[in-house]
Amino acid sequence: MALPALPSHRLMAQFRTMLRIRRFEEALIELASTHDVGHFHVYIGQEATGVAALDLLEEGDVGYTTHRNHGHLIARGVDPAAMLAEILGKATGTNRGKGGTLHLASAEHGFPTTSSSVGGPIPIAVGSAFAFRELGNGRVSVALFGDGALEEGAWHESANIAALRQLPVIFLVENNSLEALGQKANEYPSSTLASTRLSDLARPFGLPVAVVDGTDSRAVHVAMRRAVRRARALKGPSYIEAQTVRWPGNRPLWPQQLTGPTDLAMAWDGSRIGDEYRAWHERQDAVLRFSRELLAAGVTTGERILAIDDEARDEMTAAVRFALESPYPEPREALDHVFA
Amino acid sequence: MSSPEPSVMRDITYAEGMARGLTEVLERDDRVRLMGQYFFGLTEHRSKTVEIRKRFGERIWDPPIAEIGYVGTGIGAAISGLRPIVDVATASFIFQAWSQVANEAANIHYMTGGQTSVPMVIHVNHGIRGRGAAQHSHSPQAALWNTPGIKIMLPSSPRDVRGLIHTAVADDNPVFWADHVKLFDVTGPVPDEVEAIPFGVADIKRAGTDVTIVATSYMVVRSLEAADVLAGHGISAEVVDPRTIVPLDRDAILRSVAKTGRLVVVDEGHRSAGVGAEIAALVAEEAFDSLRAPIRRVAALDVPIPFSPPLEAFVEPTLAKIVAAAQDVMDRRRP
Repeated sequence: MALPALPSHRLMAQFRTMLRIRRFEEALIELASTHDVGHFHVYIGQEATGVAALDLLEEGDVGYTTHRNHGHLIARGVDPAAMLAEILGKATGTNRGKGGTLHLASAEHGFPTTSSSVGGPIPIAVGSAFAFRELGNGRVSVALFGDGALEEGAWHESANIAALRQLPVIFLVENNSLEALGQKANEYPSSTLASTRLSDLARPFGLPVAVVDGTDSRAVHVAMRRAVRRARALKGPSYIEAQTVRWPGNRPLWPQQLTGPTDLAMAWDGSRIGDEYRAWHERQDAVLRFSRELLAAGVTTGERILAIDDEARDEMTAAVRFALESPYPEPREALDHVFA
Repeated sequence: MSSPEPSVMRDITYAEGMARGLTEVLERDDRVRLMGQYFFGLTEHRSKTVEIRKRFGERIWDPPIAEIGYVGTGIGAAISGLRPIVDVATASFIFQAWSQVANEAANIHYMTGGQTSVPMVIHVNHGIRGRGAAQHSHSPQAALWNTPGIKIMLPSSPRDVRGLIHTAVADDNPVFWADHVKLFDVTGPVPDEVEAIPFGVADIKRAGTDVTIVATSYMVVRSLEAADVLAGHGISAEVVDPRTIVPLDRDAILRSVAKTGRLVVVDEGHRSAGVGAEIAALVAEEAFDSLRAPIRRVAALDVPIPFSPPLEAFVEPTLAKIVAAAQDVMDRRRP
């Protein structure tokens, strides 16, 4: 176990962001039990990937994400209250109620558009990189997508173009299907690829490949730092595959809070861990893992972790209240924004 | 930029008008990039790209045969500061990129609540070009008209194509631009000075009093020929060319029908749910009281476009069919 080689305050900022993502998604699952938000997807279990990777981006860099976007947006500073308002279809939402959970976007935070069409955002990320190279502005574009998108032709076409033009784009694949190959009754479908090593799909294009444990923030940080440097130097695209197991609550067709609200004290008190989800709580939960690493390195204390958690929970409680109290858009606003 | 009374007009071909428009936008806007190299299809006019390439080679990208990939690249490039003109070549190939056109480009501005714009132009050569059979003869403009968020320009003359290119590149939205390869040799006057022709302004290509013919793209040329034939039969046809169908100059169409009381719509797309069908519906809803005869649609029949010449001619909207439709609405005149 090891942390990224970063100063303590950066590590603690990353921890705070991971925890805020976790508490956001838990608040959303609870909210969705009483309010219809449509089909939705949560980022629980992948926090270390998104936070460690996107922390290396700078202002002006862009990311194109998917239906599983909440963690990415919070990692780059989007206000959870505006996100929850969008998820409820409110006028105060990030997309003014035109997008919903699957399409949260915030251009000022480097998410120009978010697509729920699997594979759809990959060539668009390549296109931003095309512009960055032409404009010589040193910016980087990141395509964030899951293992399922590698089944799409869009991946193949985009990787080819990026490699041909040596574009400053990073393909960050979040493979959250470890141990979830195949599909059981009433479970969400998983990867259906003849290639069992997904990274093989990047090799014919000559892309540098890094396959890392997605809960290992140091490994994510190292791979992403290398890819960002390569992109900024206009040396070409990179492929990073961050592997995580699927959070048990993501196995049903709709997210369910099967593992219980995250109990951070499990990080230092193993007696709190029950048998049913022992593997998750002992090894697979990215937030608990990062907590343990911070404690082992002497960067923080259990008391401090719980204090940060209180703040995160208070923030999400206030965000839910803001979203619930916000007005819906006027019906006629449906006619706005068809054209710029 | 638009000049109502151009000083000097010279006759050039449609292909020359295209080449001039593309050259001018490359000269005037550093952000413009051409993605693709089949703007003139496989016709002899391809050589016009040689000159453009000599001057602007670094701003022309020849992508792989990957319609999803390069149309998506155009979208992202537009979002991040360029003004790409993406050539998908034969219109039938746009189906390969349909998810990027219809589910990404068309939706982005709307779905982000106005945060992000996609100022790109998507170019195709559409229509029944002869021997294209079912997979090289599409006119997808009706399907895209049913996809809110995309502007659609369908030029029919050298002046229009050159002027509309300027407006398309300046527009902050995705613009679908369809040419017809049979237009490339059509000649017409074009002003020496740069001219931007606004979207949503129809052009009365021929004034008349008895029957309104609304047509787009190459069907304008064929309708003008039909108007000549009809004039020989004592029928005065007015040919209205909307030039863009999104936005559509509804007023110009309704004004013409109010004057003539009769409407024939000519469309190289298929008859059902086509461009012509939509214009017919507009007039039926908004100008019913002006009509002195039923509306007639002349369009490709509702079958895939066949290969064999007599089969193709049977299916496509020919000169004879346009003339017959106009004569039919004249015969049905009400007292």
